Amino acid sequence: MESPARSWREYPQRYRLEAAKCTKCGKVLYPPRVVCPACHGREFETVTLPRDGHVVAPTVVRVPPTGFEEETPLPIAVVELSNGVRLMVQVADMADPMELKIGDPVHLEFRKIQQDGEAGLLFYGHKAVRD
Amino acid sequence: MSVGIVGYGSYIPRRRIKLEEIAKVWGADAPSFKRGLQLHEKSVPGKDEDTITMAVEAGRRALIRSGGIDPATIGAMYIGSESHPYAVKPSGTVVAEALGITPQAHVGDLEFACKAGTESMYLAHSLVKAGEVRYAFGIGADTSQGAPGNALEYSTAAGAAAFIFGSDPERMLAEVVETYSWTTDTPDFWRRSYMHYPRHGSRYTGEPAYFRHVMNSAKGILEKAGLKPEDLAFAVFHQPNGKFPLRVGKRLGFTMEQMEPGWLSPWLGNTYSGASPIGTTAVFDVARPGDLVLLTSFGSGAGSDSFIFRMTDRITEVQNLAPLTRMQLDNNKIYIDYGTYAKLRGKIRMGE
Ligand SMILES: [Zn+2]
Repeated sequence: MESPARSWREYPQRYRLEAAKCTKCGKVLYPPRVVCPACHGREFETVTLPRDGHVVAPTVVRVPPTGFEEETPLPIAVVELSNGVRLMVQVADMADPMELKIGDPVHLEFRKIQQDGEAGLLFYGHKAVRD
Repeated sequence: MSVGIVGYGSYIPRRRIKLEEIAKVWGADAPSFKRGLQLHEKSVPGKDEDTITMAVEAGRRALIRSGGIDPATIGAMYIGSESHPYAVKPSGTVVAEALGITPQAHVGDLEFACKAGTESMYLAHSLVKAGEVRYAFGIGADTSQGAPGNALEYSTAAGAAAFIFGSDPERMLAEVVETYSWTTDTPDFWRRSYMHYPRHGSRYTGEPAYFRHVMNSAKGILEKAGLKPEDLAFAVFHQPNGKFPLRVGKRLGFTMEQMEPGWLSPWLGNTYSGASPIGTTAVFDVARPGDLVLLTSFGSGAGSDSFIFRMTDRITEVQNLAPLTRMQLDNNKIYIDYGTYAKLRGKIRMGE
C-alpha cells in the first residue's frame, strides 16, 4: 500500500486531473514531470484535463493485485482524452468487462481507487466510465 | 438582496437491485412488499462509489450549471450524510479539494439521519444571506444500509444532490422565497457507535415521526410565506419509501400532478440525506420560470426542514447542461443479484 504522504502530494493530479503544460512546446504531461520529454523544457503551467475521451487499448486483469480481490475481473484501459493526452485508468461500472472495446466513448468519474484494509486510508482518483 | 440557488446537480449510481431479488432471499412476499411500500427497485453503489465520490460528481454538475463560477470563490461547503466513509476524518475535505474549493473555505460534515442534506442547504443559504460568503455549497449524499432481512434493506439506496447558493441575479436559477424548520426529540430511528446497521422503533415510526414533522414543517412554511398548496407548481417530500410522500402530500392538499415529478423513491429507493434533495433536482429539471417549488425533508430523531423556491428565467437555460436526474434513474442501469449486492455492500466477511 502506498504511503499517505505520497498520495497527498499527488492530490492535485488525482483529485482535479491537473496536468503540466510545457510553456516552450505546449505538450501536456500527465502525470506532471520535472522535464518535458519532447523539448527538455523545465517550465510548465497547470492545466486541467478534459474528462471525456475514448478507449485506445482495453484489457482485463484476472489475477488481481492485493486489495482488488473483490473487483476481479478488473477492466483497465488506455484512454485518449479529447485533448490527446493518454492515461491508463481502471474502468468502472462494467457488467461484463469483456464488452469494453477500442473506440468506446468514455468519461472520467471521481471514484474510490483503493483502500488500505479495514482501518487504513481511502484513496480516491478517477476511473473511466462508458458513456 | 435575494439569495437562491445558482447551480444544482445530482448523481445516481448505475447499479440496481429489484425488490423481488431481495424478497426471494428472505422468503418474503414480494407482491405485498411492493404494494405496501410502493417500491420496485433501488440504486446500489459500486465498490468504488461512496458519499465522497457521489458528492464530487453531483458537485461538478452543479458547477457546470452555475455557468462558470470559479470554485475558488466558493466560501463554504457542507455535506450532509449518515454514511460518511470515515468515522473520523471529514468527507468534506476530499470533496472540497476535488472541486477546487480549498483552501480558503469553511468546510464541514453534517449528520441528522435523512435530513442532513437539507441541513447543509439551510446553512449554505444562511451564510450567503448573511453576507459572510459569496457562494456556498450544500450537498446531501448517502450510501445507506439496512441489516440483512430487515425491512430497511428493501429501501436503503445511494445517491447525491448538490446545490450552490449565491446572490448574483444573473446566475440565479431559483430564488429562496422562505425557509422553515420543525424539530422535536423523537426516538424513531438510531444507530449507536460501532454498529453497522441502524435500529428503528418499528410501527411507532410513521405517525409521530415522519407524518407529524413533515405536516408541521410544510404547513408552517406555507403559512409563513402566505401561500396555499394550489399556489405551488411542485412539492417534494422526504421519501423513505414510495407510499409515505404521496400520503403526506395528499393530507396536506397537494395533487399527484404536483408531486409526481419529484417522486423518485419507487425506482430509486431511499437515498437518506440525498432523498428529497435529489427529488428537488428532478423538479428543477422540468420546472418553468415563475414556478414555486416546495421541498420538505425529514430526518429521524426528528426534524423537518422546508424551503420554497421560485424558479427564474435562467432555469430553462441550464437544465440540459448536465445529466438530468430522471435520465440517470431510467437509463444505463446494471441489474445485480443478491449475491453481488451482498459482496458490494460488504455483507460478506473476507478471509484475513
Ligand atoms: Zn516541451
